[in-house]
Amino acid sequence: MRIAAALVALAAVAVLPNVLSPYHVTLVLPALAYSIALLGFNLLFGYTGLLSFGHALFVAIGGYGAAVLSSKLGLRSFEAILALSAGASVAVAIPIGLLAVRYVKIFFGILTLAFGMLFHSFLFKFYDLTGGDTGIRVLRPSLLGRAYEDLDKTTWLVGPFYYYCVALLAILAFVMWRLVHSPFGLHLVATRENRRKAEYLGVRVRFFRLIAFSISAFYGAIGGAILAVNTGQADPELAYWTHSGELVFMTVLGGFGNFFGPVVGAFSFIFLKDQLVGLTQYWRFWLGAILILLVVLFPRGLSGLTERMWARLHRSTPS
Amino acid sequence: MSALVEAIGVGKRYGDFAALDGVSLAIEAGELVSIVGPNGAGKTTLVNLLTGLVPPTSGQVRFKGEDIAGIGPVMLAKRGMARAFQLVHIFPELTVAQTLAVAVVSQSSKALRFFTAVADDAAVNSRVREVAAIFGLEGKLGTPSRLLSQGEKKLLDIASAFALSPEVILLDEPTSGVSSADKHGLMKNVVDAARRAGVRSIILVEHDMDLVAEYSTRIVAIQAGRILADRAPAEFFSDPGIVAAIVGKRPPRMPPGAS
Repeated sequence: MRIAAALVALAAVAVLPNVLSPYHVTLVLPALAYSIALLGFNLLFGYTGLLSFGHALFVAIGGYGAAVLSSKLGLRSFEAILALSAGASVAVAIPIGLLAVRYVKIFFGILTLAFGMLFHSFLFKFYDLTGGDTGIRVLRPSLLGRAYEDLDKTTWLVGPFYYYCVALLAILAFVMWRLVHSPFGLHLVATRENRRKAEYLGVRVRFFRLIAFSISAFYGAIGGAILAVNTGQADPELAYWTHSGELVFMTVLGGFGNFFGPVVGAFSFIFLKDQLVGLTQYWRFWLGAILILLVVLFPRGLSGLTERMWARLHRSTPS
Repeated sequence: MSALVEAIGVGKRYGDFAALDGVSLAIEAGELVSIVGPNGAGKTTLVNLLTGLVPPTSGQVRFKGEDIAGIGPVMLAKRGMARAFQLVHIFPELTVAQTLAVAVVSQSSKALRFFTAVADDAAVNSRVREVAAIFGLEGKLGTPSRLLSQGEKKLLDIASAFALSPEVILLDEPTSGVSSADKHGLMKNVVDAARRAGVRSIILVEHDMDLVAEYSTRIVAIQAGRILADRAPAEFFSDPGIVAAIVGKRPPRMPPGAS
């Protein structure tokens, strides 16, 4: 059922460029990027029970990876950029994780927040290396070896790049689906539910948490690289704590208890924000208000709400 | 042939306080050894030492001839000893089948498989069903643990320890929180299950002297950090001095035909 719904949603996303204006299609691009980043984030948050407040760190590594590799090192292949950025992200995640996964709850949250801020300061202060607050430009990469030089920027973004990102989301969502249903995924949930019991059942809790942390960093960097290519720029805002906060917001909005919740959250957030920004300069206030209402009334997020309505619908229709 | 589980002159100090002092104990295959004693006597400390949770201050703890001082729960499970706690420990959101699968999978080479669906693994599923059946939980395989009754949660907690296929299992007051009418049923179930599952010995911490008398092959009484007595049930309960020290006034009801 869920897989069928996912395929329908995927097909819908794939035809969007044919029905939406280019402006709205460029809004879908960050939603795709965040969907990928949040699928990883939710492996850590929803499945492992570790709430990171510094996850924008890994998104920023992806973004800056794309920037440095494309404009400073002249690497154009997006596949190579993704692989190297995500690899760098995992390489950073392992030492941070070794320290952070020893803790849970607020302590884990604060530690990840601190590392995120550390990276933000680095990006901000080391002007010569990172371009400071202006950041680094991201040059248009080639996709599967094709440069598409005849296309202007918008046509490229809403054309080849868009479909590339949809395919990437489909592949990475499929991989994540397999991960959470594997023995590894089961062990993660066990460590979330009862750490001590899991240990007595032979689960190496910290080791599994570390792997989850690294995988989430991998996904975060992929999302970050797409974001940076979309805006053509990597700047320190990517690593700022409010960006980490947005990741948490989107996940809660979509519902962290559901596999597709983060994807729902990413799309809802991007379009909600776009609408609110157009309506009022107090859009942050309204976003905050919506989050409060959601947590109080529908703690399982939009996906939880949909599930409940679906269940009610099925109960009321005699079969 | 050395003992399965062994404590040799074990002591544990917390600052100036000696929780255990010079305790020696050997548990052989085929035994069900009960550890009894008043609250604060050192039972929990002894159990924590025997399961490698904390290292002793002096002496040695061995399991199958190897030092297991402070090896921790994960290694303990790997070496073949399982522990179930007095308070119920479950995974509230996992179903009964998933809970048992955690234990089954963690002891196999499958723990680090990332892309196979655990729900489709026939070998894991058949082992899960086997363990569930022993404890009468086969009808509840798809039920989330949080929806089980208190008694079923207790059974699941113990069953998941069995799912590790341990050689030795340590049960810390397995019948606490279970109605007195159900205590014997649960205990009999567990002992039978252990026999069928190939568990070689059971270490039991229990306050209910009726259960201790009925199921133990040996009783070790702890008082003030030392071993007061280490005897077969019949000898144990025929010594009024020991009974008074450990049990209080009420003599236990000996099962008919107990020797």
